[in-house]
Amino acid sequence: MSITDMTAVELAAAIRAGETTAVEATKAMLDRIEERDKNYNCYVTVDREGALAQAGKVQAKIESGELTGPLAGVPVAIKDNMCTEGLLTTCSSKILHNFVPTYTAEAVLNLQKAGAVILGKTNMDEFAMGSTTETSAYGVTKNPWNTEHVPGGSSGGSAAAVAANECYYALGSDTGGSIRQPASYCGTVGMKPTYGTVSRYGLIAYGSSLDQIGPLTKDVTDCATVLEAISTHDEKDSTSVKREDTDFTSALVDDVQGMRIGIPNDYFGEGLDEEVKTAVLKAAEQLEQKGAVVEHFDLSLVEYAIPTYYTIAAAEASSNLERFDGIKYGYRTEDYAGLHNMYKKSRSEGFGEEVKRRIMLGSFVLSSGYYDAYYLKALRVKALIKQAFDEAFAKYDVILGPVAPTTAPKLGSSLADPIKMYLGDIYTIAVNLAGLPGISVPCGSDKNGLPIGLQLIGDCFREKKLIQTAYTYEKIRGAFPKASKEVG
Amino acid sequence: MANIINDETIEYVGILAKLELSDEEKEQAKSDMGRMLDYIDKLGELDTSGVEPMSHVFPVQNVFREDEVTNKDTREQLLTNAPEQKDGMFMVPKTFD
Repeated sequence: MSITDMTAVELAAAIRAGETTAVEATKAMLDRIEERDKNYNCYVTVDREGALAQAGKVQAKIESGELTGPLAGVPVAIKDNMCTEGLLTTCSSKILHNFVPTYTAEAVLNLQKAGAVILGKTNMDEFAMGSTTETSAYGVTKNPWNTEHVPGGSSGGSAAAVAANECYYALGSDTGGSIRQPASYCGTVGMKPTYGTVSRYGLIAYGSSLDQIGPLTKDVTDCATVLEAISTHDEKDSTSVKREDTDFTSALVDDVQGMRIGIPNDYFGEGLDEEVKTAVLKAAEQLEQKGAVVEHFDLSLVEYAIPTYYTIAAAEASSNLERFDGIKYGYRTEDYAGLHNMYKKSRSEGFGEEVKRRIMLGSFVLSSGYYDAYYLKALRVKALIKQAFDEAFAKYDVILGPVAPTTAPKLGSSLADPIKMYLGDIYTIAVNLAGLPGISVPCGSDKNGLPIGLQLIGDCFREKKLIQTAYTYEKIRGAFPKASKEVG
Repeated sequence: MANIINDETIEYVGILAKLELSDEEKEQAKSDMGRMLDYIDKLGELDTSGVEPMSHVFPVQNVFREDEVTNKDTREQLLTNAPEQKDGMFMVPKTFD
């Protein structure tokens, strides 16, 4: 097995055993990125020098016994909306084309404490607004399974980098499905934890009440291990939740005997691709054969999640993105007449089309005269959606369904019709509105060889149920093929 | 399209959003926003009377701490990101005479 084929946990074990070193693994990854990333464009920034320097330091700490954890020495890729001190952080936007943060996001800092080596920053939809990674100001990312297709988004660079073996694992962020959907399209594992589990300090905000950072990994073991490392209570994030149960690797148990799994009928209606449906229901059947109690039920309100989401997310985005004013950091227009004209021109030239569309919508729904009718209405529907999940979780441990209605669409086929693109998030978005954890696990491929993702949704703070079910499913499924063997 | 966004509304939203749109972008924005609002109007089908707006899914309380400086002075570093700076301060265009 090539060193780049290992999982994160396998590599760390090999380093601890003295079979390889953090430096060797980092070099192998950097060489691979240099050789292959021109095909995929997973990275906005690759920090060769910095990564090798970190690897040397980490290796010394491993040898001295200071670093002993399950991720020590393992190279990681970070989505480019997380601040990294001294390393360019663009949010894939022109408006942050030259922004070098003076501090590091808490989740990334937690990884560094665990001995991670940061390879670079991954491409994404601009400000995480999109489902295809095509709205990046730094070019589209291509799906490593088939470069004519999108990797999904907004964490498309992170998912593609994991699938292409251009990192051992990656961090992404998920506001309406931005970890789970690209994980599904790229055949990787991706998890959005319960809101408040991972600190948002240093994550450039999009929809603050919905944003969560989470792992994209090669398998469920890596996923639980990374989540365990990044989950901490943080006073710098006022929505951070104090949890005592973040020992997620303890849930890596091959057993679903008596696990109550609910399948929402509303997730299998119109618009769902037949091949996706078949693969997801087969996974449910396999879990049932292993002893899970599987039932179909009506979740309700599914079709209201997307309009609710776009109202709330756009409102929060319009407020969060006010900070980009051409004064403190980032892009400033060349010619302007006075302060207000400078603001307007800098922002209009610096933001891309989709970002402007959402800022405008958000400004509108928050404006006086429309606030009650749109924004407060959406917050009321959000309460109803949460209630529908509460009722479901009174009966079930896990909700099982598809991640997305289809496999990865072709490049260039999504952006022309925003609402159609938004509909692709129908199964992931409600999870963010209700603050729930969700995981995407590869469960098959379509006739073109593109991966299909299985989504498991849990009640708040019940990540362990998801990890246990996902781990058991992974054991039943067996090894998933690798994208890197499919293409050149 | 049920929601017709007129020029006046787009101007107003442009002011709120601090965005300057070309005529072509304005036309596009009018049509995009109209379509989005038509779509969002679907929420009107639901009776939400008596439902409290939910901003956070958990009952979060304000987090208090002592008002003490814990970070170090990073003025120099922060200013390196400024498009323009002078004498240790951000430079902004002249705002009044």
